[in-house]
Amino acid sequence: MVNNTAISVNKISKRYRIGLQKQRYRTLRESLANSPGASARNIRTKLTGTRSARSKPIIWALKDISFEVGHGEVLGIIGPNGSGKSTLLKILSRITEPTSGWAEIRGRVGSLLEVGTGFHPELTGRENIYLNGAILGMRRLQIERRFDEIVSFAEVERFVDTPVKRFSSGMQMRLAFSVAAHLEPEILLVDEVLAVGDLSFQRKCMGKMTEVAGEGRTVLFVSHAMPAVSQLCDRVLVLLSGRLTYDGDTNAAINLYTRSIDDGQDVIDTSASSQRSGTGEGKIVQVRLRGADGGTVSFGIGEPFKVQMMIELRDRISQLVAGFELTSLDGNRILNVRSDSQGLSFGPYLNNQVVTLTISVPGLPLYPGTYLIYPWFASRGGKRVDNLEEGIKINLVSQGLLESEALIQARRGVILIDCSWEAHESTKRSDDHPTLSPSRATSE
Amino acid sequence: MSNILEGAPTVRIEPSRGWISLRLSELWEYRELLYFLTWRDIKVRYKQTALGASWAIIQPLLTMVVFSLFFGKLAGVPSDDVPYPIFSYTALVPWTFFASGLNLSSNSLVQNSSLVTKVYFPRLAMPIASVLSVAVDFALAFLVLVAMMIYYGIAPSWAILWLPLFFLLAFVTSLGVGFWLSALNVTYRDVRYTLPFLVQLWLFLTPVAYPSSLLEEPWRTLLGINPMAGVVESFRWALLGTDTAPGSMIAVSALVALGILASGAFYFRRMERSFADVV
Repeated sequence: MVNNTAISVNKISKRYRIGLQKQRYRTLRESLANSPGASARNIRTKLTGTRSARSKPIIWALKDISFEVGHGEVLGIIGPNGSGKSTLLKILSRITEPTSGWAEIRGRVGSLLEVGTGFHPELTGRENIYLNGAILGMRRLQIERRFDEIVSFAEVERFVDTPVKRFSSGMQMRLAFSVAAHLEPEILLVDEVLAVGDLSFQRKCMGKMTEVAGEGRTVLFVSHAMPAVSQLCDRVLVLLSGRLTYDGDTNAAINLYTRSIDDGQDVIDTSASSQRSGTGEGKIVQVRLRGADGGTVSFGIGEPFKVQMMIELRDRISQLVAGFELTSLDGNRILNVRSDSQGLSFGPYLNNQVVTLTISVPGLPLYPGTYLIYPWFASRGGKRVDNLEEGIKINLVSQGLLESEALIQARRGVILIDCSWEAHESTKRSDDHPTLSPSRATSE
Repeated sequence: MSNILEGAPTVRIEPSRGWISLRLSELWEYRELLYFLTWRDIKVRYKQTALGASWAIIQPLLTMVVFSLFFGKLAGVPSDDVPYPIFSYTALVPWTFFASGLNLSSNSLVQNSSLVTKVYFPRLAMPIASVLSVAVDFALAFLVLVAMMIYYGIAPSWAILWLPLFFLLAFVTSLGVGFWLSALNVTYRDVRYTLPFLVQLWLFLTPVAYPSSLLEEPWRTLLGINPMAGVVESFRWALLGTDTAPGSMIAVSALVALGILASGAFYFRRMERSFADVV
């Protein structure tokens, strides 16, 4: 094999049996009853024997996964929940064994599957740094050397000698991430740990990860945060239900993934949702998202769609105003659609009436990706009656307006508009001032 | 100091089958983690208790008082010609060590399930750290024993030099049973409920409240099949100079204890592959 390979994975599969727990207890009793002196081997044979394997359903958390990672490569792993990403990292960090297949890892491995593993609430910050460091595979000398760095990165200098249970949860998380961020392995396995603390700390974490990735270490990075993936990774694997469906270019993978998470659910029952605010004099019981062609929640960029909400009124309402906010996944509000901003209100409606309101939205000039919609309604000039606080996902996908290569370059923005472009050419005049550089010329 | 895995070794990950090696060298590489886990267990044990570490003394001491009253005074159990209180306390010190060590180690994997499912380390470290941490309690209780010996005017003979070995025997016994029960506990939580009962029963099968000299040979030697019997009697012999030297019994105990340790360690390693999935 090539010397440059840090990780090779060959046909790794992992099988889990569902509903095993009950079975176990029964077999224990059985085996004890059948032979009082039954050896543990007997119990085990019974436990994993063919009988229970046949009678219980199994799932393949991973199926025939093969790939290689070169030294210094930063590999992203994305996929929906339950697609096997974490199982893969657990196998590579030797926490659990594969059912079949093998993997080889060359180099010291540090894995970070959870922030704060092994933190003990009764111990002080200082003690926890040492304990957590040791758990993550750091040597005592190494921890001592980087102790101050860890503390100042976590911004907990004043509380180092306070038991961690008196820390706010944010502080605990920051400290835990900070310890982990100062690991020095050659190969780092990271599972979704950047969503820690407030926004500014998250930015700091991201910076730290970029730094780590830039140091020539091999990183396997599991995440749902696509901006982080696209910023950090050279290459991305997409896992879907335990199978490797794509291995290659980061942006192509992200596109593929965002398209695949379309859950096809265009009618969302919101009547039971508890994440809502408002006076409660009425309720949005159903939200329906429809594309121009009656399609599902995934829309092409610039394609018009409809947001339909079904409102059940408890009390009468004379002038109903409604709307929705559209945000990016990280919570930035991009669009605020409201009927009263167009001078519109509806009604009057009597109590116990059901109103279905349809908002036709012209094509949105947004970059492809997942966005969230938060519908609400109110009585004109009054408080919001019902406001959904759990966003409804819509996926905007590229439909030919952009080549995916162009998307890659331009990802930093929010709004995507179809501009017209012109270019003129002329020959450079010989008497131009030689020191006038093009960039200066444009900045003047 | 060199790094844990210097020289970029290649680790091969594949399904293991059957009985597998103990990988003691790896355990040695992780000795710092072992140290920190032990240290954590010690630090945390008596946090937020009013009496703190004195609990380590109170337990065997109160048991001694109860035993002295009921067995020594009321029942008139013989005590190999030493005062009954010190006779029973000398046995209770290693016994308490064994019992708490067993208790902690048996629950160690389940209690630390978040570690087991999120971090790799040689899992054997977990029960080992538990038993090691109880050694501190043993030391505290032993100080009281020394005080009692002074009070009763009992001077130890050269036999006391054997004591570290006898302590090791208690350690090995506790750890060996701990290996078995902690691994079983991952799959069968029944262990948690069986344990208090098991320890209580074991106490009566061990000559803590009574002398093994009540038994005739060869029954006395056979009692050594319970390794704690050997431990308890050897402590008495080494410290109090009870003249019934239980040599053959201790030998039997040592053999059995080593057998439990080895079988427990291998069983543990065999079950280890499924710990993270089942715990």
